[in-house]
Amino acid sequence: MPASTEPYVLNIGPQHPSTHGVFRLRVVMDGEVIRDLDMIVGYLHRSMEKLAEERTYTQNIPFTDRADYLAAMSSNLGLALAAERLTGVVPTERSQYLRVIFAELQRIASHAMANGTLISDAGAWQTPLLYMFREREKILDLFEMTCGARLTTNYMRIGGVSFDPPPEFWPALAELVAELPERIDEYFELLTDNEIFLGRTRNVGIISPEDAINGSLTGPALRGSGVPWDLRKAEPYCVYDRFDFDIPVGTVGDVYDRFMVRMEETKQSVRILQQAMAEIPSGPHKNDVALALRPEPGEIYSRVESPRGEIGFYLVSDGTPAPYRFHLRAPSMINLSLLREMGVGSSLPNAVVTLGSLDIVVGEIDR
Amino acid sequence: MSDQPLRRPATPMLQQIAARPTMRGTLLGVPLGVKVIGALFGLAFLALNAAIAYVVIDGRLDGKWYDFRDLGNAVESLRGWTEDEGFHPGVIYGISALLGGLGILSLVGVWLIIGPWVERRVIAKFQIRVGPNRNGPFGLFQSIADALKLMQKEVIIPRGADRFLYFVPPVMIFVPALLGWGPIPWAEKMAYIDLDVGILFTIAISSLGVLAVFLAGWASNNHYSLLGAMRTVAMMVSYEIPISLSLLSVAMLTSSMRLSQIVAWQGHYHVWIIAILPFAAFAFLFASTAEINRTPNDIGEAESEIVAGFYTEYSGMKGGLFMAVELGNAILVGALMSTFFLGGYTMFGLEEWIPGYIILLTKILAVYFLFVWLRATLPRFRLDQLMGFAWKFLIPISMVQVFVVAIEASVFARVTAPALFTLGAFAIVNLSITILLVKLWADRLGYAVIQHPTKPVLTQAVGGLRAAERIRKPA
Repeated sequence: MPASTEPYVLNIGPQHPSTHGVFRLRVVMDGEVIRDLDMIVGYLHRSMEKLAEERTYTQNIPFTDRADYLAAMSSNLGLALAAERLTGVVPTERSQYLRVIFAELQRIASHAMANGTLISDAGAWQTPLLYMFREREKILDLFEMTCGARLTTNYMRIGGVSFDPPPEFWPALAELVAELPERIDEYFELLTDNEIFLGRTRNVGIISPEDAINGSLTGPALRGSGVPWDLRKAEPYCVYDRFDFDIPVGTVGDVYDRFMVRMEETKQSVRILQQAMAEIPSGPHKNDVALALRPEPGEIYSRVESPRGEIGFYLVSDGTPAPYRFHLRAPSMINLSLLREMGVGSSLPNAVVTLGSLDIVVGEIDR
Repeated sequence: MSDQPLRRPATPMLQQIAARPTMRGTLLGVPLGVKVIGALFGLAFLALNAAIAYVVIDGRLDGKWYDFRDLGNAVESLRGWTEDEGFHPGVIYGISALLGGLGILSLVGVWLIIGPWVERRVIAKFQIRVGPNRNGPFGLFQSIADALKLMQKEVIIPRGADRFLYFVPPVMIFVPALLGWGPIPWAEKMAYIDLDVGILFTIAISSLGVLAVFLAGWASNNHYSLLGAMRTVAMMVSYEIPISLSLLSVAMLTSSMRLSQIVAWQGHYHVWIIAILPFAAFAFLFASTAEINRTPNDIGEAESEIVAGFYTEYSGMKGGLFMAVELGNAILVGALMSTFFLGGYTMFGLEEWIPGYIILLTKILAVYFLFVWLRATLPRFRLDQLMGFAWKFLIPISMVQVFVVAIEASVFARVTAPALFTLGAFAIVNLSITILLVKLWADRLGYAVIQHPTKPVLTQAVGGLRAAERIRKPA
């Protein structure tokens, strides 16, 4: 009798070590080969967009912390900029620099988390993750010094930032910025020449530039495919046009390229931090703005470059203090959409590593 | 920028840790009298040992049952005494077996308490953490607390599981883990069962465990378990061959399959087989990590892929038994590795002064440290990469090695040159052959070391597809 096989359904998640939160994959497998793959989201849905319609623009800033909880500063910044454009409030000069400093610190922290978990997904028992947490911890300490919170910072305000950093912030930041390049080189040394890591990540989960653009990917996932698109350069917000930095782009578009783009972006963030620290002017950190702003009726779409890609805010005002419509363009959600193309036909370990390289945050996907 | 001293916010957790008395603090707090008495006891113990060693080495008393250097002699003299008294041979063997079995059981049992602590503390050091340090001195009782917790937990039987087969594997997997210790010589006359086909026994026993693994995966009625079991079985089938081939080389070189004679051979010529057969040692070590499911070859229970592999569905102490066996197997492999390749209980004449079992234990711990080191450092292979490595690389080269060793063994039996000279020549020849073979075979497979992996291109340009093409193909 010939042996007959049949595909079976493997349910990965919502509780699984490598789904980065409560995210579920329904995989049809034939042995170790993935035949079909469904992504099921919604386990962390908190009705954020609807709740936002009941609150003023300032009251909505804490929601953005909870959306992308690994890059709260970037989401804060996105909403603050969108609300400023809608209401016509101008932030102070010093706050512009502070926003850049905190957004870049957040980018370093988030990339450390992303790359660390990617290596853990590749099976490295968390050692690189914990080493990368060493830097992330120092950055979170800086956040705590400034605004009292480590994860959900709620730092950006319409017209500025909520607090000016305390005096001890600056030497700590200078120390961190001085030691970061050394640390990044250490990771390069440890990981980029590791045969097993190269074997696991090179030529796995390739996205072509065409596919990446058609799938409207953003962030390191897009730049890993070789498309030099970074909102900090393409349409500079805050004072990014005053800083000198490069956009790293990958050449193949595989998991390894996305990893390396994140590592290189960390280096570029350090460059921005050095310049911002040197050039920051003195002055007030915040303009006094009415708590319940009543923008003219109208709509605005404003976007910033978060560590995960383009995080956009679509706000519609009807003249009341609360937005009529509040929509968040979540980069994780859209980057995830190509997982099916990459996963089908590959094996389970490859799919797990590919998912890790997309760096999803489920809070942002489900909102 | 101000020149104020750097102050980091201390989190409540950090404050708690700082406020808690450390081990050093508790040691300093011990009263002086207790310290003095402890020191006196320690000195007395050392003096007693020195006296016994002096008496024994001086030859006033030849090694008898109280000779602490060699526990084997104790059993030997016990057997001699029972024979003199005219006991039934069954009683004699029964007593010896009981003593040996107790020894092995206590070794494994003690290791199951100390092992997790060692592993977690060492990995914590690698990961710039502290590790378990709350329960007992240095956190040593952490494993006991963990075991108690596991025992209290409910054992959940998944719906649709085969109830009988579900309960068998955790017990069954213990059998090879304990039997494997049988032929390992701990000192000159100290082996539980000194089989003349020790290597064969070892290979046979090491492939028994896969049965339990496959049963566990099948009976759990879970896809993760089944995937883990399938992977483990495939891996075992592949990696049994390099293990057998490398042990075959060892057997041919020492012209014995008896483990005690292999060690005695290494002790006699004052050489470790790893120096003569480096590739066999590497193949054995690598294949063993695959067999006992340790990083970088832990694909059978790859956490980030298939949760816990074949024991995903085992809760409470049933899952704990699988973990315990894994830990026991790690030092079993360490013992086999030390016995075959690292000189076993001999240490270039040091075994005359230090008990052989302590030397072997040190070597086992060294190999175990290597395993922990690998686990803390390396990512995991993929299934196809692992299989490819076994079939395309380890097995062909091991086969060539067997031929080379066969020639060398026959030369060694015939020439009358000093063994040091002959074995040194073998070591050099084998090392060069191994390097050459690995290089040639890797070239033949089309494998090349990636010297400089692609780095991202840094650009100032911004754009879409056209900009991407410009970066990819600069004009």
